[in-house]
Amino acid sequence: MARDSQAALVALNRFGLGARGGASGDFLNAASDPRGFVKAELGRPNGVLLEMPGLQSTPALGKAVFDYQFGIQQARDAAAKAAPAPATEGQPSPDAKAQRRNLSLNSIAMDMAPKESASKESAPGERPAKPPENPNAAMAPAEAMRPNVPKPPPPPPPLNIIQKTFRAEALARLQRGIIADCGFTERLAVFWSNHFCISVNKGGPARMWAGSFEREAIRPHVLGRFGDMLKAVEQHPAMLFFLDNQQSLGPDSRAGKNRNRGLNENLAREILELHTLGVGGGYSQEDVTALANIITGWTYAGRLGQLGPPGSFVFNANAHQPGAQRVMGKIYDAAGVAQGEAVLADIARHPSTAKFIAGKFARHFVADDPPPALVARLADVFTRTDGDLKALATALIDSDDAWKAPLSKMRSPYDFLVATGRLLAQIPNDPGRYLGGLNALGQPLWAPAGPNGFPDSNAAWAAPEGIKLRLDMSAQIASRLADGVDPRDLLELVAADAASSETRRTIERAESRQQALALLLMSPEFQRR
Amino acid sequence: MMSMETTNDCCEDMRSPVTSRRALLFGGASFAAWAYLPKFARSADGRDPRLVVVILRGALDGLATVAPIGDPDYAGLHGSIALTSGGPNAALPLDNFFSLHPAMPEFARMYREKKAAVVHAVATSYRDRSHFDGQDVLESGFAGPGRVQSGWLNRALEGLPKGERVTSALAIGPTAPLVLRGAAPTVGWAPVALPQAAEDTAMRLLELYQHRDPALANALKQGLALDKAAQGDDMKPKPGTNGAGAMRLVARGAAKLMAADDGPRIGALAFDGWDTHANEGGPVGRLAQLLGGLDGAFAEFEAGLGARWRDTVIVVATEFGRTARINGTQGTDHGTGTVALLAGGAVKGGRMIADWPGLKPANLYQGRDLAPTTDLRAVMKGVLKDQFGLAERVLAESVFPDSTAVKPMQGLVG
Repeated sequence: MARDSQAALVALNRFGLGARGGASGDFLNAASDPRGFVKAELGRPNGVLLEMPGLQSTPALGKAVFDYQFGIQQARDAAAKAAPAPATEGQPSPDAKAQRRNLSLNSIAMDMAPKESASKESAPGERPAKPPENPNAAMAPAEAMRPNVPKPPPPPPPLNIIQKTFRAEALARLQRGIIADCGFTERLAVFWSNHFCISVNKGGPARMWAGSFEREAIRPHVLGRFGDMLKAVEQHPAMLFFLDNQQSLGPDSRAGKNRNRGLNENLAREILELHTLGVGGGYSQEDVTALANIITGWTYAGRLGQLGPPGSFVFNANAHQPGAQRVMGKIYDAAGVAQGEAVLADIARHPSTAKFIAGKFARHFVADDPPPALVARLADVFTRTDGDLKALATALIDSDDAWKAPLSKMRSPYDFLVATGRLLAQIPNDPGRYLGGLNALGQPLWAPAGPNGFPDSNAAWAAPEGIKLRLDMSAQIASRLADGVDPRDLLELVAADAASSETRRTIERAESRQQALALLLMSPEFQRR
Repeated sequence: MMSMETTNDCCEDMRSPVTSRRALLFGGASFAAWAYLPKFARSADGRDPRLVVVILRGALDGLATVAPIGDPDYAGLHGSIALTSGGPNAALPLDNFFSLHPAMPEFARMYREKKAAVVHAVATSYRDRSHFDGQDVLESGFAGPGRVQSGWLNRALEGLPKGERVTSALAIGPTAPLVLRGAAPTVGWAPVALPQAAEDTAMRLLELYQHRDPALANALKQGLALDKAAQGDDMKPKPGTNGAGAMRLVARGAAKLMAADDGPRIGALAFDGWDTHANEGGPVGRLAQLLGGLDGAFAEFEAGLGARWRDTVIVVATEFGRTARINGTQGTDHGTGTVALLAGGAVKGGRMIADWPGLKPANLYQGRDLAPTTDLRAVMKGVLKDQFGLAERVLAESVFPDSTAVKPMQGLVG
């Protein structure tokens, strides 16, 4: 069969998570049938699901986190009773109220901070990693690596249930990314997870649910229908908590009248602006308020389970704003939870949604400024198939535009670290190094700065500071893992005869294996997609 | 080492002006390049002006930052999170009508020393409620959200006479804010604390990039140079640093770079996290912590700029304000009118600048927000005109296009 090495680079890097090392044969397979290599995963819809022993459902995790926080509260109350002291404002308790802020710049700055007690923990690596994250991981210095720190760290406190869960979910996702055949469906899952992002920095329940949210609301629909994903997302406790909807009460609802609290527009606004129509998609402030009213009562059951099993989605009729509402010119009659579901179904198939999703999809996979014809074709497929996301992904792979565009995009930090893990066959049994690396490179797992998710452009990932950090990170990884590998062989796995002569020469002439591996990881062939 | 190279004509140039159009800077500890310097710097009046633009992302609650305690409608609207003139966390009075959030003692001191001023009821020309469009307008300097990929501060830089030997404008943080993106060269810096790759490895990679990927060569070169210049013993973040500490850290590093004789005269940075939908807090709480961090950043700039502080203006702006009335979850929603803060030795301060619209229901914008009475562009134009001598025509045509009707505010800088 004809071998197309350039197309193999596109298949592996633009659409997948990079070639695996060892005897995987990924590059040869991709080179002999590039489209087939990418599409193979689309034929296995269940392959997107992530089910692993020990990963629990959202209600089970909800119950656990509510009980845990309740226990802490009780202990605190008891302590306060025993020794009454003024509560200190600046000292939020570790778990019960993890910070609610989104301080991307700040947290990045902090996450770059060396942790005195941590010796090395930052990137793909083989050793089981040590210390647990600080409960307030986003506020704490990253598990950055500092070689040659003389003193051993003090014994870490045991992990609490939130930290354990977060790490287990992170590990499952990372392992899946590293072993996936091509990684195209993983890329799709991550894309949609970022589109419908939540942030673990919102607090304990968000940290607890970030993984189950993705497993339950995103993955089942990655090759299904957009409308189904939309509904699953907006009714998931993690999203309701992240955007405050569980606090939102219809002003004229029974609860609203009794409790002197009211509407919160946060979720409604982001549904319209970020999840479906896109800004400029034709909605007004009145539409936001109407939708906010419509989804009052969309909440999750709390610890006591009065409305349903703790941690499950429930519709609280007492909090629901009564009456019909008008959204985007259409009247939605009062019908409990169905009122909101009807709106979601309609905006999922709105032309603005098709355009917004198609543009974002093409920008993610092809170029910061994707070919307009490709975007138009994807929008058309989205509309014609009523949001069939498998059809959307297939149309992308079938498009010549998507294969011809130059490899101009920079891998995101997540893609970079996972691709490194794949190449070096580093299947982690502890997520610590990866999580620390993501923190340091500015893409902390499930913790974007705002509800618009992580950026997806070269402006974000090919900036001077980021490149320098990536180089430092690559050097660290190489210093640990280069023994016993031949970077020249690895270059064959990465790019084979599509490697430039300059890259080949740079690697061959490096003064050490370590240096050669760092240079390979930083080469355009590895960084660009 | 060459001190300068021309911008590479590479595939990425059209796509990513942020990284590719920055000047290539190299030259040891002083990373000087031919760039832009205000015409009158070090001339007749002996001024060597500096400007720092701070963008607060998420829409700062101006009514919580500088509270119109004298307005009879304020306390009712802001409810449980309203600031008060008495009690354990009393707001800091600025005049007999406005008081400053108690988390900002440094700014209050600068105000007393007449080195800080507040412009209230201010807004860009944007009147909708999307953060991202609002930031686009704030930073692009265009009258509406467009698709321009350049910011007004970058275009102001282009409007300056060229030829003196100082570095380009400084983009502080992991990515350059839009306000500073564009054709004029900028450099970037962010605090860093990872162990560094060996210099030899970096040089080899740089050579590879120069042959194969000019955009990455450009980025790496700058990353290496700035890293070197900004590092000092005091730059190591302390473990356990909280958000406020991180803001200070960023400001400290930026001040150090901008204090240098050949350092950048203009800098821009962004702080996130001001979208206080729920549990905003009043004199204490979430917003208070953020404002405390911002206050600390002012202090760091003052200390770090040293003698240069005398000629410095810091302008703090946000994409829009928040609703005047608190919402159902003890926070505020996306609003319109808000504050702009000015601090620095060059500010003609000690003044509240506001054409106060009042908070009566009929006076609120759309019945929800503090009505804007001052165009933020007037503030920015006034600062640029006074600090750098930019002509009104340049300001109205290229820096803030189609803004002839918005006159530069007079006398902000003394």
